[in-house]
Amino acid sequence: MNNLHVATPEIFLLVAVCTVLVVDLFQTDKRRVVTYWLSQATLVITLALCFGQLGDEPVTAFNGAYTMDSMSATLKCWILGIALLGFLYSRDYIGERDIQNGEYYVLGLFGVGGMMIMVSANNMLSIYLGLELLALSLYAMVALYRTSSRAAEAAMKYFVLGALASGMLLYGMSMVYGATGSLDLATINNIIASAVEGGSDSDESVYRSLGARFGLTFIIVGVAFKLGAVPFHMWLPDVYEGAPTSVTLYIATAPKIAAFAMVIRLLVDALPTLHSDWQQMLAILAALSLIVGNLVAIAQSNIKRMLAYSTISHVGFLLLGIVAGTAEGYSAAMFYAVTYAFTTLAAFGVLLAISANGYEADELVSLSGLARRKPLLAMVMMLSLISLAGVPPLVGFYAKLSVLKAVIGADFLWLAVVGVIMSVIGAFYYLRAIKLMYFDEPIADTVEVSETVGTDTTKDNEAIVTSAPSLSGPIAVRGDVGLGLAINGAAVILFGIFPGLIMAACIRAFT
Amino acid sequence: MITLSHYLALGAILFCFSVVGIFLNRKNVIILLMSIELMLLSVNMNFVAFSRFLGDGAGQIFVFFILTVAAAEAAIGLAILVVLFRNRQTINVGDLDELKG
Repeated sequence: MNNLHVATPEIFLLVAVCTVLVVDLFQTDKRRVVTYWLSQATLVITLALCFGQLGDEPVTAFNGAYTMDSMSATLKCWILGIALLGFLYSRDYIGERDIQNGEYYVLGLFGVGGMMIMVSANNMLSIYLGLELLALSLYAMVALYRTSSRAAEAAMKYFVLGALASGMLLYGMSMVYGATGSLDLATINNIIASAVEGGSDSDESVYRSLGARFGLTFIIVGVAFKLGAVPFHMWLPDVYEGAPTSVTLYIATAPKIAAFAMVIRLLVDALPTLHSDWQQMLAILAALSLIVGNLVAIAQSNIKRMLAYSTISHVGFLLLGIVAGTAEGYSAAMFYAVTYAFTTLAAFGVLLAISANGYEADELVSLSGLARRKPLLAMVMMLSLISLAGVPPLVGFYAKLSVLKAVIGADFLWLAVVGVIMSVIGAFYYLRAIKLMYFDEPIADTVEVSETVGTDTTKDNEAIVTSAPSLSGPIAVRGDVGLGLAINGAAVILFGIFPGLIMAACIRAFT
Repeated sequence: MITLSHYLALGAILFCFSVVGIFLNRKNVIILLMSIELMLLSVNMNFVAFSRFLGDGAGQIFVFFILTVAAAEAAIGLAILVVLFRNRQTINVGDLDELKG
């Protein structure tokens, strides 16, 4: 009980969400101004509380079920900051559609609570509970767009496959529990380490290390599902495409950071002695994700689907850092997770800004001529996409470089070669989107554009006919959204030139 | 004499049933939801068996939490099912094919 104060940010957040939920009941305004500002205030205060914990000594609380260390404090700050900007970008989009406004913010905040618990969990039970709090909020958020049949289908697919992943993870956890008799990550580590050391001397150590390896396989499958690594990626493109863009933004950003933390907790904190076992499995997952993600993304005409496959390939890169199995690799992967999250945030923020006035900007051609319609949006989108492609001096380059350095350091040269070749191939689809924005006419002016892009002509023409007036003129962007996007774009450059600002915290987390 | 391995075998069989139920079922979404519940219950079986075998209470506490989460999950799953049925007038797994590429 005496260490309760280390969980202050979570406690505050969950109390505040319940308050927001009740306040929301008494609102009649369709755009839910009060709910929005209360949610943002909640995030700002929680962020301030987490910021105060940066640099504190590691402490555990709740009998070791919860920990506050350098990694969790840093990642929580990023998660909260990203959720804050995400709500800002989403506000107009959900206000204009038939989406339950108040519930969006409340579920989003509950999801943030789940992520914070995942990041801080030090016990298999708290990992599971944090994961489910996040996952259940996400299923409901995808389904919030009640009149969209695509959203309903995406929610159902997400729910079934997500629940399957949780089941796999749980089965693995039950096996590890059976092998060690403990749910505490540090205790599990100690027991398995001594069992592996004992080798085949006694029946008990054979039984323990065998059980733990069996459980590990299921844990990897569960984790790969949640991250979206090939071959467990099938839910990701469908959910990204079917969900309302504001929810896609939410799913694509902060939860990736939380999933990274979950992998670190389960594999590095609890099962480091089985490193040679999970290294092999993750190496295969990483290579497949890199190959499939980048190759299939080229064939996509829907920009949300393209970004989904891009996510899959970036998950591959993130796994490379973990495969390396060194402190250097883990901090590179952490850097990758954080920078990937805020770079994607900018890309989806631009999509949400274009989608204003009831128009759904989810085909690639809707980016056409963006530079002429709104230079700021085109600029931010370009920075984000170039960074995802890994071009210096943007932050994506340094992230890829440090991950590749770590993986070469661990003698996985072939993985590094796959990574480099695939990121060159991947650059093609990012550059194609940039070409559309800067060198093509806005689609309402040139009907032929759909042919030059090579997408389904009839479908594009339909889109042009139904929403012609708003597609070529300038786009109005609210002042605060514009400012948020500008800061986000500036961060992509700033942290690319000075990666040490984030990297220092990532290195501190693993020393 | 029923030993730990009997319980583990039962858990594993139930788990396999549920995975097969999710992947082979091409008819009805409700069967998917039932398979998911079965999967969580098979894990519960494992936890209780281990907990009793090891004489450690933590596994049974875990089971309580899994049961609670399973209830919440079923509620959300059925809610999504209702939304889906309102939009599509069908809950056939084979008809969930609008999203692909």
